[in-house]
Amino acid sequence: MNLQVLESQFWSLCLQGIALGFIYVLISLGYTMVYGVLRLINFANSEVFMIGTFATVVAQVGILQNQTDSQSLHGFRLIYTLVFALLFSMLICGFLGILVELVAYRRLRALGAKPLGFLISAIATSIVLLETTRIVTFSRPQTSPRLLDKWSFGEFAGANFRIDTVMVIVSGVVIFVVLDRFVTKTRLGKAIRAVSMSEENSKLMGINLNRVVSLTFFIGGLTTGAAAFFYTTVYETTQFNVGFNLGLAAFTTAVLGGIGNLRGAFYGGMFLGVLEQFASAILGSQWKSVTVFTVLVLVLLLKPNGIFGEAVQQTRT
Amino acid sequence: MMINIRDKGASIWESWSPPARSGFVLIVITLVALLPYAGSFGPTSFLDTPISSYQAVLVYPIALFVLMGLGLNIVVGKSGLLDLGYVAFFAIGAYTMGIMGTMTSLNTWEILPFGIFFAMLAGLLLGLPALRLRGDYLAIVTLGFGEIVRIIALNLSVTGGPNGIVGVPTPPPVLGQKFELEDHAGYFWVILILILLVIWMIRRFTIRRPGRAWEAIRQDEDVAALMGVNLLVYKLWSFTIGAAVGGAGGVIYASKTMFIAPDMFTFNTSILVLACIVFGGLGNIWGVILGASILAYLPERIRFISNARQLVFGLVLLVIMNVRPDGLLPRKKREKIKQKEAV
Repeated sequence: MNLQVLESQFWSLCLQGIALGFIYVLISLGYTMVYGVLRLINFANSEVFMIGTFATVVAQVGILQNQTDSQSLHGFRLIYTLVFALLFSMLICGFLGILVELVAYRRLRALGAKPLGFLISAIATSIVLLETTRIVTFSRPQTSPRLLDKWSFGEFAGANFRIDTVMVIVSGVVIFVVLDRFVTKTRLGKAIRAVSMSEENSKLMGINLNRVVSLTFFIGGLTTGAAAFFYTTVYETTQFNVGFNLGLAAFTTAVLGGIGNLRGAFYGGMFLGVLEQFASAILGSQWKSVTVFTVLVLVLLLKPNGIFGEAVQQTRT
Repeated sequence: MMINIRDKGASIWESWSPPARSGFVLIVITLVALLPYAGSFGPTSFLDTPISSYQAVLVYPIALFVLMGLGLNIVVGKSGLLDLGYVAFFAIGAYTMGIMGTMTSLNTWEILPFGIFFAMLAGLLLGLPALRLRGDYLAIVTLGFGEIVRIIALNLSVTGGPNGIVGVPTPPPVLGQKFELEDHAGYFWVILILILLVIWMIRRFTIRRPGRAWEAIRQDEDVAALMGVNLLVYKLWSFTIGAAVGGAGGVIYASKTMFIAPDMFTFNTSILVLACIVFGGLGNIWGVILGASILAYLPERIRFISNARQLVFGLVLLVIMNVRPDGLLPRKKREKIKQKEAV
């Protein structure tokens, strides 16, 4: 137990927690969007994230030829690299999401399989993705070149506003707001919500079910890809097994916020990110996940549908 | 149309007289019990895996995964509760054996009830809060529980931390049958007896009140509650009985390998057991046995392609799930067919 950190690093831990929380939120959208439409857990999403981290590295090292030991980039070249790597990772993950749906879900949906069948086929897909990456990368960790000099905007109440932290938070807010607008305002977004309310009725209304499902997987992949880019830029390293822990945390995020609920996922991610930071600072990082799960069980006991579980019912009707 | 082998088998079984049925069961049990000696009747070397002999593979992973699959089948297949942390109960049984076996003078058979008891206790403590939750939330809570047990084992001194526990004692001889490292037949028979007990237990439960309550809960919780089924009580029973089977498996496993460490009890093991029962056919004893035998054996057999074996495993799983989404031997559809004929 180390309670001193509460005093000395309170705001610093909050800030880091929020940045981490945004990464969780973006990954958890890959679970929550799919769950909203299909009522199924998209278990392969953690490996989609893992592929995204490698896509980021490939975009920087393979395509843009930035070397690990070279000087940090500046000006236009920096912005170009960041935007290119972000879009590359998002698109790769988006199309991978569509592919996952085609391989693991489409035929089973046509055959009317039970939820557990989908679960196993999704897990099988994630085994295939994980093992392929493991073999291709020889199990070695990949270092991503340092894009950003980690300069700071300055300190506020002991919290260090570093450029990468700020970037994650700002872009996270932007992506989240765009997605939220998309789902609530546009025609396609309305189609997604219609399918999540009732598959049968939306088919009767002339909605192309398969297209909506593909779109959902694509969007989930896009946000997961963005999260993968941020993760790689902040931590600057990735490995084939990076998906499991982050996927688990993101899944917990989705459940905390009430799975299937976009805005719930946002609050769930903030809560989980901050909680994890405090737990590892106070109890030591090995007890981090134990604390998280204990809190999860307690939250679910008090609010069995997640913190924002009821709200989802209201917004849907 | 998919061919339902299970229904075909069931209709043949129904046409037999009771003595013929018991005779058949006895013959099957005898043949299975003689499996470790199959080498004396014909070549078995083609079944050997690159790191262990055919007899060793028969005990672990095949027999142990059949046992665990049957245990998890009570939870997932019979009562429809998605448990993604089943390995926790296996770990609790194994660590009970490891700690009590090295610190007290009790032998494996005396520790077995303790292992089962602690696993059931853990199932009860986890189930009391978790089983009030809806299906998908239960999945994440059990998944988290599985990880928690592993992390606790990794960080405590009594469990030996990451080094685990070395020198877990082997069981003492029973009726002249010795249990030694290179003698696999004894272990196989012990697990076979446990498997038969579990099958017998499941069959008794299925036709009695708990089995019918589980079936009702699986099909529709709300309707079951309306019909007067006490949801929490029957879910808890299903959960703790499943945990007990996992705990028993853990005790035998620790006693056989003589060494346990936290990295044997990862999420992947939970997933493999779950994959076994979904692959074979959920809720169906024969399906579970078939699925566990194939999925436990396959990754060991293809060890020669060492690097790609998990990849091949994933691909096979994916293809089979696409071709037969309800598993190799799906749950019985006879009742439905009979009803249709009656109409």
